Amino acid sequence: MPGRYKKYKLSEHKLTCVSLITATVALALVLLIGKSNVALLNPKGWVAWQESKLIVQSVLIMLIVVIPTFAAAFFISRKYRQSNVKAAYTPEAVNSRTTQIVLWAIPSVIVAVLIFKMWNGAHELDPFRPLHAQEQPMTIQVVALQWKWLFIYPDLNIATVNFVQIPESTPINFELTSDAPMNSFWIPSLGGQMYAMPGMATKLQLIADTTGDFAGSAAEINGKGFAGMKFMARSSSRGDFNTWVQSVQNSSSTLTWPDYENLAKPSENIQPAAYASVQGDLFAQVMTKYMPEHTHQ
Amino acid sequence: MHPEHNSGKYIFGFWVYLMTDLIMFAALFAAFAALRISTFGGPTMKEIFDLPQIMIETLILLMSSFTCGLAMLAVFRGKKKLSFLWFGVTFILGLAFLILELSEFRHLINDGQSWTRSAFLSSYFALVGTHGLHIAVGLLWILVGLYQIKTRGLTPFISSKLVRFSLFWHFLDIVWIFIFTFVYLMGVAT
Amino acid sequence: MRELIFGKLTFDALPHEWFTEGGTFFMTLTGLALVIYLTYTKRWKWLWQTWMTSTDPKRVGIMYMVVASAMFFRGALDAAIIWLHQSLSSGSNPGIMNADHFQQIFTAHGDIMVFFVTMGFLFGLLNYIVPLQIGARDLAFPFLNTAGFWLYAAGAMLINLFFVLGGDFAATGWLAQAPLSELQYSPGVGVDYWIWSLQVSGLGTLLGGINFLVTILKMRAPGMTLMRMPMFVWTSLCSMVLVISIFPILTITITLLWLDRYFGMHFFTTGFGGNPMLYTNLIWSWGHPEVYVLVLPAFGIYSEVVATFSQKRLAGYGSLVGGAIGVTAFSVLVWLHHFFTMGANADVNAFFGMMTMIIAIPTGVQVFNWLATMYRGRIRFTTPMKWFLGFVSTFTFGGMAGLLLASPAADFQLHNSLFLVAHFHTMIIGGALFGIFAGITYWFPKVTGIKLNERLGTYAFWCWIVGFFTAFVPLYILGLMGATRRLDHYDTATGWQKLFITSGVGLLIIALGTAIQVIQIVVSIRARNKNRDETGDPWNGRTLEWATSSPPPHYNFAVIPKVEDRDAFWVMKQKGLTKPKRYEDITLPKNTASGIYLSICAFLVGFAFVWHINWLAIAGIIGGIAVVIIRSFDEETEYVIPAAEIKRQEERHAPRT
Repeated sequence: MPGRYKKYKLSEHKLTCVSLITATVALALVLLIGKSNVALLNPKGWVAWQESKLIVQSVLIMLIVVIPTFAAAFFISRKYRQSNVKAAYTPEAVNSRTTQIVLWAIPSVIVAVLIFKMWNGAHELDPFRPLHAQEQPMTIQVVALQWKWLFIYPDLNIATVNFVQIPESTPINFELTSDAPMNSFWIPSLGGQMYAMPGMATKLQLIADTTGDFAGSAAEINGKGFAGMKFMARSSSRGDFNTWVQSVQNSSSTLTWPDYENLAKPSENIQPAAYASVQGDLFAQVMTKYMPEHTHQ
Repeated sequence: MHPEHNSGKYIFGFWVYLMTDLIMFAALFAAFAALRISTFGGPTMKEIFDLPQIMIETLILLMSSFTCGLAMLAVFRGKKKLSFLWFGVTFILGLAFLILELSEFRHLINDGQSWTRSAFLSSYFALVGTHGLHIAVGLLWILVGLYQIKTRGLTPFISSKLVRFSLFWHFLDIVWIFIFTFVYLMGVAT
Repeated sequence: MRELIFGKLTFDALPHEWFTEGGTFFMTLTGLALVIYLTYTKRWKWLWQTWMTSTDPKRVGIMYMVVASAMFFRGALDAAIIWLHQSLSSGSNPGIMNADHFQQIFTAHGDIMVFFVTMGFLFGLLNYIVPLQIGARDLAFPFLNTAGFWLYAAGAMLINLFFVLGGDFAATGWLAQAPLSELQYSPGVGVDYWIWSLQVSGLGTLLGGINFLVTILKMRAPGMTLMRMPMFVWTSLCSMVLVISIFPILTITITLLWLDRYFGMHFFTTGFGGNPMLYTNLIWSWGHPEVYVLVLPAFGIYSEVVATFSQKRLAGYGSLVGGAIGVTAFSVLVWLHHFFTMGANADVNAFFGMMTMIIAIPTGVQVFNWLATMYRGRIRFTTPMKWFLGFVSTFTFGGMAGLLLASPAADFQLHNSLFLVAHFHTMIIGGALFGIFAGITYWFPKVTGIKLNERLGTYAFWCWIVGFFTAFVPLYILGLMGATRRLDHYDTATGWQKLFITSGVGLLIIALGTAIQVIQIVVSIRARNKNRDETGDPWNGRTLEWATSSPPPHYNFAVIPKVEDRDAFWVMKQKGLTKPKRYEDITLPKNTASGIYLSICAFLVGFAFVWHINWLAIAGIIGGIAVVIIRSFDEETEYVIPAAEIKRQEERHAPRT
């Protein structure tokens, strides 16, 4: 019976080839990534930093099992290949109970460690949980529209579109809602995303540790303008931030409800804009559009 | 494989089907539970449920389950005419239930409280309506069953189908008890 | 009047874009060529009698494989278009199509690959192999089986129908997230096509699930206790338990979406108290277990392959069974991890994260036990074994990514990114698809009596594995760079383009692998005299499917085998095979066309609802009910093959001993 199968042997030659290919691939990846920003591993705020730490540490913990598994797969395949007649062969052997207990214990222990880290992470990095910092937190309301982001600064009574400026080292309390299909608000350099949903308000606490311009996007598919629905999050020093607020307030435009309804109409690839003042509690008004009191639809 | 051997497999298969149907109802119940307070300014449960009529509907359906049981007893004893009679009564009771339910629906719709009014009403109509649809399918099944009893008699082949029908009918009864409790009684209580 | 007859179907709706016209042209041409070929070779009757109306699970299984293969090429074409567009569409280059078309294509790609390719292949393998492995001649409900297949085929036609009849496809992502899929935001017929192709094929899957559950539990050969079942049967059983638990949820969820769209209800709308989050919950409480529906049977295939080619008993059978059951049980408790970012509180998120991570334990145990089986075995590195090792390397990789995604705080960053896309492709391709390839290569000699060419199989394997990593490692990196999924355009400054192009090169390598697989099958069949297996047991197999001739006779086994232990056939071989002394009459189900009629009705109902042609929908429903009622009157659904005929066939076909 066994003679019918062609012998298969992993030769030294093949091994060299595999290592060479691996090296080439690694080199290619380095070249491909080049100077691009791997945002998730290059965090610019405490939240993103904790999240990237969690990712990296979890991977390292998993490697404790994964690397030996790969090694075992490789060496077992090699040693017990059919052509190696010298190796032990126990065709009827079934594992002992002890072996099975060990096989269950290994992943259980690793997963238990991961669950411990996960549990802490989920609580510590709960997007609703206020951040602690020297500076007083600032609230920015965000409305997802088809297909642009509207930012309202309730304390400063200004508003912007597809651009948000924040002072560095200040906890930002983003309040999110949507006047469009569901959406997801994401600034990878500062931290993870949160959904913006019609008729509901969600929260996302972020902080920027340095100054800089960070890309933000809509991460959940929401129609044909999806890809163009991105914005710039600019973190600046407190002084620069105040100057910017001044310049916005000095412009003349006001965001009234009719203006808002105009803005809310579907449009794509919108350039950043700013409003010197906002009429009324616009955010609450947008929310009530989906409440029963607002029946004249 | 002879038909005797097969009947066990058919009954078991039918049970499995009923379980899948139960999961469908569970999903509908979940939707109802999530949306029952989403009246959006429209009527609440308390305002639209006519408990006395629902009580009558419930009694009729329970009775039909009972007559269906009597019909099955007749089937097991090989009494063709008696089974025909009790299935006939079951059909009439089922039809009465369906007519009452439809009149309740028509009443609501005429009052401008159709499924388009609010999420709550959508989930109500979908849940109760799905049960009603099942009842309608059951009624059609009884008609076919009656015809088969008449033309072929209570052969093992026909009896096996009737057993499955009775499972279906009792199942609908149980689902209705849940609807009665969780939709109507709890709806009026809150 | 026109609206009464044709609903929303008008001439304007007919295809008028280059890609739909291309599809129309291609599909019409293929159809025409087929018709001409069949007429010319006078094969209509043959096709109808031997295949289309057959209730033989082996034939139904092959038909599943054929449809799934055809759909694979459609899905792969979509993948190629997605890649081409994304590689080009950076900066001032608009790519090859507008956002709406792009979104339709990736939506179709996802749906086709999950519902019509992977599910199709799995049901194909289940149909062919499960009855053989449990020593049965047939499934519990042969009629339900052909009905299930034809409903699946009708769903496959509905998802491609807009190429021929116009309209568009959903541009909402493969699960048609509400409220985007509601009438307010998707007024076209695309979402309706989505609804009805999934509804019709989902019904077929549900029927299949019930059928296989009853078959496995009720139709096993004497002596085959549950703990003597082959692992593929066990994992199929688990998979089918999941199917009957979750497909009803899918049916209801899609129905509710349709009620919103057709009757103006408000389940998932933004206004009138509708709750889009309810849709997300319902669809994922189907969607996540669905992944395990796909992967579990593949696990079973790996168990068979590893034991056979290590020429050793499967290690830790009890653990493998326990692992499969554990995966099944936990998989229905994890759906919320698909939307950690929807604002649930930290305890809820962490609970679902924990449930998700726990699934890694039984999964890991399965991998360890396969390695333990290889330990002190005599491993023959045939192609199925290579697919298994390929699976270990990719699946472990994807599993690590999965564990990251199970951690809410990490998921906040990785969710909706290309990292996620890379993760689930790793699981579906590395887990399910490689398993299917292993299964096809492993059982091909059983199905055809011809062994597949090993050399070409090895080339195909290497193309797939190299192509796979080239295609998906860049996506993992893109995700870490903050690239969201489903982008039809991105800025040049992001530096993503090089990675998208690399990913496309990977796709080309995979395409080469697929081409080699096609060539492999053609070459092997052409050289059939050389590759023929006369024994019925080309791999020195362990389970009952190898105990009969290849291809198996219509009745599978002339005499139902008596099972005395696990690895039933192995044990028989150890004791020495004997020729049966006498044969008995065998009863088998007759052919039936009712399944086809039923599925035609379902197809018409789906089509009618897409275009709001109410009379046709009513006609279709009445027709479907009529088919079922007429079928219920049929008592003569079986026929008998006399013992003498069995004896004659056996003496001609079974050369063993």
